[in-house]
Amino acid sequence: MNRLRLLAAFLAAGVAAQLCWAQDSGVTLIQDATILTVTKGTIEHGSILIKDGKIARVGKDIKAPSGATVIDAKGMYVMPGIIDCHSHIAVEGDVNEGSLAVSSMVGVGDVLNPEDIDIYRDLAGGVTVAHVLHGSANPIGGQNQLIKLRWGKSASELKFEGAPLSIKFALGENPKRSNFRPPPGFPQRYPESRMGVMDVIRQAFVDAREYKKTWDEYNRRVAAGEKNVIPPRRDLKLDPLVEVLEGKRWVHAHCYRADEMVQLILLAEEFGFHIHTLQHVLEGYRVADEIAAHGVGASTFSDWWAYKVEAYEAIPYNAAIMAKRGVIVSINSDDANEARHLNQEAAKTMKYGGLTEDEALRLVTINPAIQLGVEKRVGSIEQGKDADLVIFNHHPLSVYAVAQKVFIDGHLYFDRDKDLAQRAENAKERKALMEKEKKASEAEKKPGEGKAGAEKKPGAPAGKEEKPKEPTKPPQLDQVATGALD
Amino acid sequence: MQRAKQFDGKFVIAGLAALAMFAGFALASPAGAQEKPKAKPPAAGKTYAIRGLKITTLAGPVIEKGNIVMRDGRIVAVGADTPIPADAQVLDGAGLEAYPGMFDAVDQIGLEEIGAVAATVDARELGEFNPQLQAATAVHPASEHIPVTRAAGITEVMTAPASGFGGGGSVILGQASVINLDGWTLEQMLVRRSVAMVVNWPNFNTRTFDLATFSFKEKSFADAKKEYDKKVQELSDFFEQARHYQLAAAKGSAQNYTRDLKLEAMIPVLKGELPLLVLAERAREIRGAVEFCEKQKVKMILGSGGDSLKVADLLKSKNIPVILGPTMQLSQNEDDPYDKYFTLPSDLQKAGVRFAIASFDLQFVRRLPQQAGNAVAYGLSHDDGLKAVTLYPAQILGLDKDLGTLEAGKIANIMITNGDPLELRTEVKYLYINGRPVSTDNKHKSLYEKYSKRP
Repeated sequence: MNRLRLLAAFLAAGVAAQLCWAQDSGVTLIQDATILTVTKGTIEHGSILIKDGKIARVGKDIKAPSGATVIDAKGMYVMPGIIDCHSHIAVEGDVNEGSLAVSSMVGVGDVLNPEDIDIYRDLAGGVTVAHVLHGSANPIGGQNQLIKLRWGKSASELKFEGAPLSIKFALGENPKRSNFRPPPGFPQRYPESRMGVMDVIRQAFVDAREYKKTWDEYNRRVAAGEKNVIPPRRDLKLDPLVEVLEGKRWVHAHCYRADEMVQLILLAEEFGFHIHTLQHVLEGYRVADEIAAHGVGASTFSDWWAYKVEAYEAIPYNAAIMAKRGVIVSINSDDANEARHLNQEAAKTMKYGGLTEDEALRLVTINPAIQLGVEKRVGSIEQGKDADLVIFNHHPLSVYAVAQKVFIDGHLYFDRDKDLAQRAENAKERKALMEKEKKASEAEKKPGEGKAGAEKKPGAPAGKEEKPKEPTKPPQLDQVATGALD
Repeated sequence: MQRAKQFDGKFVIAGLAALAMFAGFALASPAGAQEKPKAKPPAAGKTYAIRGLKITTLAGPVIEKGNIVMRDGRIVAVGADTPIPADAQVLDGAGLEAYPGMFDAVDQIGLEEIGAVAATVDARELGEFNPQLQAATAVHPASEHIPVTRAAGITEVMTAPASGFGGGGSVILGQASVINLDGWTLEQMLVRRSVAMVVNWPNFNTRTFDLATFSFKEKSFADAKKEYDKKVQELSDFFEQARHYQLAAAKGSAQNYTRDLKLEAMIPVLKGELPLLVLAERAREIRGAVEFCEKQKVKMILGSGGDSLKVADLLKSKNIPVILGPTMQLSQNEDDPYDKYFTLPSDLQKAGVRFAIASFDLQFVRRLPQQAGNAVAYGLSHDDGLKAVTLYPAQILGLDKDLGTLEAGKIANIMITNGDPLELRTEVKYLYINGRPVSTDNKHKSLYEKYSKRP
């Protein structure tokens, strides 16, 4: 079985390996497209010149330099690569270290799986950057990792270089585990109320402050030239929280109910740190003014609701209300499937709340870039920015738009035509590998256990036996509890 | 307080039992499939008309500018020159477009309110075989999901008992009911009480998730097959039992056998009057289900059917239609094409297999037009995209005399939009359900209005 799974992964990886580096002269001109720059309006019949992974020029009459790859995008639309502010793709195993109420010592960046097929699938939906978060099982969760969907590259090459560090917090039903009874063998865990959740966070920052003091004192003495000063004992749980206090690590807090959002913002101010985004923030519309006043970002769903009590008052107008009251808002996926049509999810805000096309597009481009601290690099089509671009065959805010080509750092990482062209060959290769696998396993079985081997395939024509479906990932604790992988 | 509650409980249970018995009788008579839709508009005798708008009837060419007249819940006339009766309450449709309301062919509307709160979930039962259960007996007419869903243009749904976590749970889930998304009581909402018997086809799986230990368990192919075969055999045995019961019921008098509501509920299925809606995903399981239904001589509709393209020839040759799940979903197989579910409707269309698209959901029923829109994005014609969520479900479920198009004689379920109903930004401006104007207001809209006005 394991060998079959490996085989599947190998095949999937094969699709992309062929795609990535085919078209790499370093200089590419996309011409005659409708360019949705997001920050600088729309250019009809416009061109984008890509050089060394960056957008070199955007405009109307750009001539192709010699040697450039020219992509005729007549009738097509180009938008900045979609940025998913809340994702759980590319993670090996569980996204939750749920055994502790504070799990700040662990990080998603340590367990990236570059072969997760969901990277390719989301890429094919136009996503170029994903904020891969730790789960929401703890008031203070693990460290998150911002990635670019450089399918085919190694785990470390996925990482968005230079992005601010980040960490997950979580409030409400998930950290207090309302919808989840520990399975046999799993112990009960404090907290189980919203009071307890706030207490855990407050205590952690009291500890972090004390810890920081010991280091500050140590550093002061060393700087003053004192010799033989013994450094304080390192605490891997508190180190990231000190980074939060110092503004070096950004906080992204899972929350649903309006009151808990305000509680957290006030707590953060009490300790002198900042909440960068409220994630999910489904009741954000109730306290949009408070969120805006404190300069906190909000990253929400388009139209999810009613899967748990704290989502029962969720409304699809949430993003629009918050945006109109001055909050920087993004729409995220929290789900590998949802990520494939974030452009569509953003479009819904035009119907639910009357946002304009540009405002809707911002929700999945420049706004999440701002929320993640990478707006100088990505999120709009501007000269000097990373060439992370998606070519759609229709306006991306239409349900009929299908991503045709996706560039990251100027490289073509997804090409629908090539994907389609590749399929027959992949099927052939798959069949051949299956037969090889079958022969190998039959040979393995022969000494001694011939019967069991024969019993396996009664009359199934060679190479046609299908692999019984299996979930590619174990369901997460949260998923069981709430139907959503927060 | 506790005592009062218990008393209430008993009362409710007795009431349910009475309903269940009624259901049993209804089914024992050949009425199951032929039962007349009980369209009883509260304002009986009222005539409504919509004037001067583009009408996509889905039963003929688009009428660029026409009128629709409805009376007593039904459409009376549709056409370019349809006269408007003097007593009609008229809506001016200038600049708007009329379409048949959308029909979500499988979901859990009314059976569930908040997924995580067991007290609000009535979509699942204990036990392997529950053909006697009927969705209609537990539909909550005041569910907030109803106005939220219809505001997206969905006017009727088939609400169905659901399988358990990860496709587990009962094998025969019970009977699905078609309801209009408007009514003070279930009886006013009901289109047909029993439309399909839902079967959760056994999984053929070498890797299963064990909730008790919260981990995956691997088993050999031989073991998985043994388990699967055993489950199919048990289902076979149950059908056999039902057949004996049917025989006894037909020949014997009431004294000769003990009445059994489970087996009694199977009789319309065995008579071929009530189709089986078989939920199966993988090719091997679909083939197994087709073989089973053929052997049992029962009508089959395939539900979900992710791998239906692999068995398209079989489905076509047996004339088995498919109610597909969402187009926006991921394949469980890593090496399937990334767009497998997006292209599936168009692929089946080309292969000559009849299909509809359904949500199989609760909170996302309102995404039905988006699901169809994505199918159009990936190759389905726009006309088929619309029909996949209107006419085709009506045809597959045997309700096309009453639903699915804008034609005289059909139930007047109409959505009036300001554009293409499959597009994301299109708004549903007005709704008629069962021949009455119905508000598009809902919990979400009123919260929006309330908090937009926050000073």
